[in-house]
Amino acid sequence: MRTVETMNFMITGVGGQGTILASDILAAVGVEAGYDVKKSDILGLAVRGGSVLGHVRWGEQVHSPIIPQGRVDYLLAFEILEGMRRLSQIRPGGTVILNEQEIHPASVTSGPATYPEPDAVQKALSAATPSAFRIRALEIAQDLGSTKVVNVVVLGALSSFLPVGTESWEKVLEERVPSRFTELNLKAFHSGRRLTKERA
Amino acid sequence: MKVLMSGNEAIARGAYEYGVQVATGYPGTPSSEILENVARYEEIYTEWSTNEKVAMDAAIGAAYAGKRSMVGMKSVGMNVAADSFFYAVYTGVRAGLVIVVADDPGMFSSQNEQDNRQYARFAKMPVLEPADSQESKDFIGAALELSEEWDTPVILRTVMRISHSASPVALRERDAKDGRATAPFERDPHRLVCTCVWAKHQHPVIEERLKRLSGFANTYELNRLEWGDRRLGVVAGGAAYNYAREVFPEASFLKLGMSYPLPYELIRELADGVDELLVVEELDPFLEEQIKAQGIDCRGKDIFPAYGELTPAVIEKHAAEAGLLPQEQVKGARELPLPELAGRSPIFCPGCPHRSTFYVLGNKMKETIVTGGIGCYNLGALPPFDATDTMGAMGASIGVAHGLDIAEIPDPSVAVIGDSSFFHAGIPPLLNIVHNGGNSTVVILDNRTTAMTGHQDHPGVAETLTGKPGKEIDVEEVVRACGVTDVHKVDAFDIELIEETYRDALAYDGPSVVIVEGPCYFVGPGAQGTYDVDLETCIACGTCFKLGCPAIKLSKEVNEKTGRAKAEIDPVLCVGCDMCAQVCPVEAIHPVESEE
Repeated sequence: MRTVETMNFMITGVGGQGTILASDILAAVGVEAGYDVKKSDILGLAVRGGSVLGHVRWGEQVHSPIIPQGRVDYLLAFEILEGMRRLSQIRPGGTVILNEQEIHPASVTSGPATYPEPDAVQKALSAATPSAFRIRALEIAQDLGSTKVVNVVVLGALSSFLPVGTESWEKVLEERVPSRFTELNLKAFHSGRRLTKERA
Repeated sequence: MKVLMSGNEAIARGAYEYGVQVATGYPGTPSSEILENVARYEEIYTEWSTNEKVAMDAAIGAAYAGKRSMVGMKSVGMNVAADSFFYAVYTGVRAGLVIVVADDPGMFSSQNEQDNRQYARFAKMPVLEPADSQESKDFIGAALELSEEWDTPVILRTVMRISHSASPVALRERDAKDGRATAPFERDPHRLVCTCVWAKHQHPVIEERLKRLSGFANTYELNRLEWGDRRLGVVAGGAAYNYAREVFPEASFLKLGMSYPLPYELIRELADGVDELLVVEELDPFLEEQIKAQGIDCRGKDIFPAYGELTPAVIEKHAAEAGLLPQEQVKGARELPLPELAGRSPIFCPGCPHRSTFYVLGNKMKETIVTGGIGCYNLGALPPFDATDTMGAMGASIGVAHGLDIAEIPDPSVAVIGDSSFFHAGIPPLLNIVHNGGNSTVVILDNRTTAMTGHQDHPGVAETLTGKPGKEIDVEEVVRACGVTDVHKVDAFDIELIEETYRDALAYDGPSVVIVEGPCYFVGPGAQGTYDVDLETCIACGTCFKLGCPAIKLSKEVNEKTGRAKAEIDPVLCVGCDMCAQVCPVEAIHPVESEE
């Protein structure tokens, strides 16, 4: 049997950004591509505008649904502050896709905390990995006509790096989203994919 | 064919495949999706019951009637249900009865971190622990068979990481033969009436059953010896098995599917066959203490914490410290030049009807002691509101407020409770206040749903879990029937009126109830347009930030005198609830004119 290195994906953002659907889709694509897959999401309290975190793992045989410390291969950050919060989990040489959206927590709007400055964000990203991509998924989604597809734009940007054909992604998207939104989601996926295709 | 399913979806599928006919429960993270998914199988009668005890009694009744039954709840729900499952162990069942409980190691959304395997031992019934989605489904079948064969309810204990993790599951068809046909009730009071006179004869039977079950556990297919490297043997079940496998891929394992009663012969066999025996279990040293009581030497909680999740990271760290792993194998998080990171607590959603209450209590009525309970409204304890003073359990706010009242504190106090919690556990303490002449003020936040757990129905809602019309119980009528005469109703989206009403209710000599009416955004009419801030008018006073609305963020513009940031409204997040416009002292916030 061929040995497949387990691929570890961490998905983070703010409750309400569609991160859970993103991890559902990513897990389903892994199954479609023939991997053993485990996925873990935090639901409930945290979903109310809190910091959310999902783990998806593809491999030959995956035991733990949680990624061991410091071994994230792909970090999908839907929001800058949350991306920074999980950045130290990326392995050296791992890939970071950072959606440049700011959602200010109460500790910033009505408390003493500050939101990370762009320079500090860039410095941390550069130190973490040479393979960091800053994308503006919200703008792309708005141009396509729905802010709800931010998650699929991010997945599209990720897809360039994975050994899985676009047909698997398209099939899963068609299965997972209501049919009237299929075309929108496919457009969002390919828009995201174009952002990274040449650099992957 | 294999399908990717969460543990909770797989449990529901198990109920379907193994002929469950009745499923009841009360929502609670991380268990809520179990019943929601069972409800998709129309072959199964499914309901959200008023609370876990009611759900438990209903499932017991259905099992007495010969129907395979399942009851689902979260960790702390077991405390509510306990009164009833203890007697069911004595009476036994006529068809399989499985109690599904989803524990929450790590306390992602619970008020404590209790280990419900203890209830298996306490109430003297078996407990099964699945380690992935396939087992979550299969173990429902196993639990039903055990239940019928041994005439006892059986606990299936999952944890958040099993319930909310997904992995592939092989499906089969529903076995209708597993279900039992409807038959007239068979009377047997000597078994089913748990009076002391008759029930005491049952206790020795139960003790004997546990002994035989422990013997049976040695050959039970759910418990499995996996021989590997003989230097280390690990006893583990459920989520902890996966984590331990990840960290010790070569070790020998006893993988426990049934965590009580324990297979001591298998444990001895593993102990005798390895240099060192390790017990890896989340939360309590439940297995370890029983294993040690048998005179079998092992290590466990001297190495690993008895709290939190035992993630691979936690196991690695502690195992390395104990010399069970080479330090260099432990990777840990990386040291990176990160900026200082602001915390992000969960917060009321844009459009949430609870925001007004906690804005008023936390800003305008700071002197008021607020007792709280379980639900979205306990976010009122967090910044920027910092309003709630106590919170411990469903319905506790009303009883605790009464306690403050009879202890004669000089401060004003209000009890806050949600509508679903009120029906769950709020009515007896309200009756208690009225009957005993108390003088508390109770605020019922009626948002027309059980919001925190994902918008399930409750007795105040017109539609049941399966989409059938349900009798909508009126909160005010219930309150009045409890004997409360000072009853107020107020619109959740009118901040000034809310403050005025709270003050009126507090001033009343006798028990008062304020019903705050406003639907949860997710069950209400939806967005009412958006608002924006006129930056010329905004003085950067920060009042609107005190609403803790995710849609209100710091603008890049500042008030030049104070240096403070003005407010800006994110049009993507704003749903137009109008609360920020109401609190703005300079009328800088207005609805955005629709383009149409």
